[in-house]
Amino acid sequence: MMTLIIKRAAMAIPSLIGVVVVTFLLTRLLPGDPAAYFAGPAATPQAIQEVRVKLGLDKPLIQQFSHYVVDLAHGNFGTSLTTGQPVVTELRTRLPASAELTLLGLLVSIAIAVPLGIIAATRPNSLLDHTCRIVSTAGVSLPVFFTGLILIYFFYYWLGWAPAPLGRLDVFYLAPPQVTGFYLIDSLIAGDPQTFAAALKQLVLPALTLGVFSLAPIARMTRASMLAVLSSDFIRTARANGLSNWTVVITYAFRNAMLPVITTLGMVFSFLLGANVLVEKVFAWPGIGSYAVEALLASDFAPVQGFVLTMAAMYVILNLVIDVLYGLIDPRVRLEA
Amino acid sequence: MKRREFLKSATALTAASSLSAPAIWSRAKAQSRQETLLIVSESGPNNLDIHGVGTNVPGYEVSWNCYDRLISHEMKTLPHGTPYYDKSKFKPELAEDMSIGDMSVTFKLKKDAIFQDGTPVTANDVKWSFDRAVTVGGFPTFQMSAGSLTKPEQFVVVDEHTFRVDFAKKDRLTVPDLAVIVPCVLNSQLVKKHATEQDPWGLEYTKLNTVGSGAFKVTNWTAGSQAVLERNDNWKGGPLPKIKRVIWRMVPDAGNRRALLERGDADVSYDLPNKDFAELRSGGKLTIVSTPYSNGIQYIGMNVQHPPFDNVKVRYAVAYAIPYQKIMDAVLYGLAEPMFGAPANKPIEVAWPQPHKFYTDLAKSKQLLGEAGYGNGIQEPIQFSFDLGFAGVNEPICVLVQESLAQIGIQTMINKVPGANWRTELTKKTMPLFTNVFSGWLDYPEYFFYWCYHSGKSIFNTMDYQSSAIDGFIDGARAAAANGDAAAYDMDVKGFVDLAFTDVPRIPLYQPYVNVAMQKNISGYQYWFHRRLDYRSFEKA
Amino acid sequence: MTDTTAVAPRQSPLASLLRHSRHVLAENPVTSFAFALFLLILLAALFGPQMVPYDPLASNTAQTLKPPNAQHWFGTDQLGRDVFSRVTVATRLDFFIAVASVALVFLMGGLAGVAAGFFGGWIDRVVGRIADTIMAFPLFVLAMGIVAALGNTVQNIVLATAIVNFPLYARIARTEANVRREAGFVEAARLSGNANWRILIGQILPNVFPILVVQMSLTMGYAILNAAGLSFIGLGVRPPTPEWGIMVAEGAAFMVSGQWWNAFFPGAALMITVFCFNLLGDGLRDIVDPRRRT
Repeated sequence: MMTLIIKRAAMAIPSLIGVVVVTFLLTRLLPGDPAAYFAGPAATPQAIQEVRVKLGLDKPLIQQFSHYVVDLAHGNFGTSLTTGQPVVTELRTRLPASAELTLLGLLVSIAIAVPLGIIAATRPNSLLDHTCRIVSTAGVSLPVFFTGLILIYFFYYWLGWAPAPLGRLDVFYLAPPQVTGFYLIDSLIAGDPQTFAAALKQLVLPALTLGVFSLAPIARMTRASMLAVLSSDFIRTARANGLSNWTVVITYAFRNAMLPVITTLGMVFSFLLGANVLVEKVFAWPGIGSYAVEALLASDFAPVQGFVLTMAAMYVILNLVIDVLYGLIDPRVRLEA
Repeated sequence: MKRREFLKSATALTAASSLSAPAIWSRAKAQSRQETLLIVSESGPNNLDIHGVGTNVPGYEVSWNCYDRLISHEMKTLPHGTPYYDKSKFKPELAEDMSIGDMSVTFKLKKDAIFQDGTPVTANDVKWSFDRAVTVGGFPTFQMSAGSLTKPEQFVVVDEHTFRVDFAKKDRLTVPDLAVIVPCVLNSQLVKKHATEQDPWGLEYTKLNTVGSGAFKVTNWTAGSQAVLERNDNWKGGPLPKIKRVIWRMVPDAGNRRALLERGDADVSYDLPNKDFAELRSGGKLTIVSTPYSNGIQYIGMNVQHPPFDNVKVRYAVAYAIPYQKIMDAVLYGLAEPMFGAPANKPIEVAWPQPHKFYTDLAKSKQLLGEAGYGNGIQEPIQFSFDLGFAGVNEPICVLVQESLAQIGIQTMINKVPGANWRTELTKKTMPLFTNVFSGWLDYPEYFFYWCYHSGKSIFNTMDYQSSAIDGFIDGARAAAANGDAAAYDMDVKGFVDLAFTDVPRIPLYQPYVNVAMQKNISGYQYWFHRRLDYRSFEKA
Repeated sequence: MTDTTAVAPRQSPLASLLRHSRHVLAENPVTSFAFALFLLILLAALFGPQMVPYDPLASNTAQTLKPPNAQHWFGTDQLGRDVFSRVTVATRLDFFIAVASVALVFLMGGLAGVAAGFFGGWIDRVVGRIADTIMAFPLFVLAMGIVAALGNTVQNIVLATAIVNFPLYARIARTEANVRREAGFVEAARLSGNANWRILIGQILPNVFPILVVQMSLTMGYAILNAAGLSFIGLGVRPPTPEWGIMVAEGAAFMVSGQWWNAFFPGAALMITVFCFNLLGDGLRDIVDPRRRT
């Protein structure tokens, strides 16, 4: 197992290097002059040049890049212009917010899409099947920010069911003591059901928005995978032996169909990490997505670089986890590796 | 690998890597809604110290409320009942007495004034703070120089509670410049403890901590998310504020901010689109206060050094082509003072802002364009730029003006410039056509014109306008103000305003309003020259 | 001895394709519906600008934010422009963005992929590396970064979308090329003296195209959503160009105050178009390769 993990990690390193280089180049191409920004609203060209030298921006690109890499090795991701804070601190504080939202969105999506896919697979080409396809396709056809806005409009503004889209917690609740950074988990650990409820209420709309968006691929893959498995020999044997439908479908078919679904989950998760950015903007969610977007628009490149690197690293870890899960679920894969 | 073994090793791994980041939130008890003011805005401070490098405008609000200055302004009341700062009447804040001499001004500090950590405020703190302001560079130093405050030698400690500022030259703006946000007084002993070789002024420490004697202190700050300020019960700078706690939340979406206000989930916001303010006012559920910007104008600027705008007739053509009223109606919803369409026979006044005599007349505009030699219009699209940071207003203005210009034959291409890059673009002075807003903290015409029309390569002379005639008027007005020569002053002011309208390097559009929306039970809003909120005067019924 | 076995007349490939398509469409009403919708959108894109009642750029400040009525079917926006005209005219731009992105990524990804699959060796490794690096980025953020760095023009939006989708096309093309590399017809072509690149373009690419077509339909939908997302953040097309995404972004601010039509109609147009492309992708998959149906 360990060799598998190490091998996979090693294979990912060239990609990470590529990410570092590309991000560096892209952010240097961003319009805007951090030196002018730092020098202030009334700086003369000389003052701006002084700041530029102080920031090391007058050096050739190669030198700036090597400085950057050395900083990275020390865990220094630079400082943000717009918030004035070190990027590492901000990423660390904000990552749990995004992760909690994305995971919950994924859970919502799985809870709807998997049963939908299973049902559709058991009745192929029926009205139910077509409806399932249409519903999941419709979900992915809407721009994710539009879905979020409509949900806010109906559930907060019109019906008043959802709380104000002000972030992770209502103003008059305090965050639970930090253990994982996930408010849902931390509030349970601290034994504080009210904060748990408050945090959950704030999560509903954004998680729903993300969930709607990721329904389609999961539902489709579940359906396809189930279809393939349901037509296989061992299922026919199980049915012939008189096992109940439930046992056949869930215990035997689904377990075997899970593998491709899990790969899709991995893809969907990394896709959601990108869609996060828009949802966080709409719901004022203090996550790394909104952090990166604000920084990008302000030509503040340190946070953008930090964000992209973190996402790339998470993606690599995620793929690793999926490969390991594969090995656990399906011994054949492990033996082949 | 057996499943069981994997699970065991997995838990070990998770436990080892659990994050141990410091707690974000304070353990203070949540206070009741009644004593807390909840403010929502689009963006928040990036630095708690106005002397910091690259501090943004919301940072100024923190400085105003958490630090004291030697003097402040009295309030007068506008016709509509809004308290408005009185630019000519000063009141004591940290100083209890001010005596203005011929070439200096002396302040006696309040003897009981203390910093928030208990240390008494002395003249040494004042000198250290002022030295810092003129030395750190950037915006603070620039603002200090606007009142001829440039060298640490000007700041003299007479004794522990007496402080003197020596004038480098006679300047009417020196004393008012001491009441702006920049010359705030910091706890120098405390900051010096955190200063280093590379950071002699302790800027890194004050970025994250408020160390003043002011009415509020920042107890909790998550950049980009929220800032919490608590009242300093030992404040000596004025009457104790009624609000005990301010929670300032950043909500990026304007629609959300409005929804929060309407549902009563937020108390104050000043960051909404004009349309929302107009509707909220007629809706009647909230109190909306609109006050004109002191000394502020939104304008269309043209680079007068390059064709086609180097030809004054072309500039007149543009001035007659602008759809002024459409902008007032569709972009501002009436929430601005028009700066156009003054009657032809109206004499120039000694005031600024004041409206010019241009109005929308496309026929006249086409004729002027023809006279300038561009009878067939300008087919090559001209870049028409604006600051994306204020896109809510800038974009529709540009779209409407673009449409009008197209009708007289001038083709333009809209160019959105991200906020951080806007200043760079302005400095370069290469943008041919753009819209911008400028307002000065010191509400005097010669101040505005010095920064916007004088040939001295100021960043705010965005049109690269060079005119020795106007320079003469501006310099004359400043000298006359310093010497108290009212007759010469009036003549010079009329001179430069008249020239500004005759040469029209920039076309004023309107004087914007500062709009604030508050719940009905909130009172005490005051208009200040910096247009930010002063928490010290707010009350919640 | 003569061969008297009757041989049934062979149908041309096109005729058999049409017959197969008709069969699939009849089986699958949803796909037929999607095809019809696609034609409607295409018509709007081609002829829309000539047929709309108002100039999409003409402002009319006396008629701002009017709800849908007889003169303005979709209402007016904050500058008094007719929303119906703007939504219809925007079809052309968004359709163009979709088609251009897809064409570009097919060329870039398809060619790179088949080259990688056919030749193997270092080409395969280089293409693989590039694809891996791109995939390591959160894709929307990469698109944002490219547009922010290069400037927000339609060309850059198209380029960003193409780059972001490159890995997927390269991978599919590579697999298909790999499979067909040893196929009989390729051997035959080689034996008759065709150069490698000629085989690539003449034999492999046309065979790979149908598989990619399915993906291309899905990518068209994605391209439009991508452009809309970028506009929402402020990196989209320049004003006053009508484009669905930027109209939704502007209209979002008005939803809270009750003026829903500003954002709703362009959003609905977005959804219907993307929906249509997605369903179309499914239908095409049924026509081209029914085994892959999900």
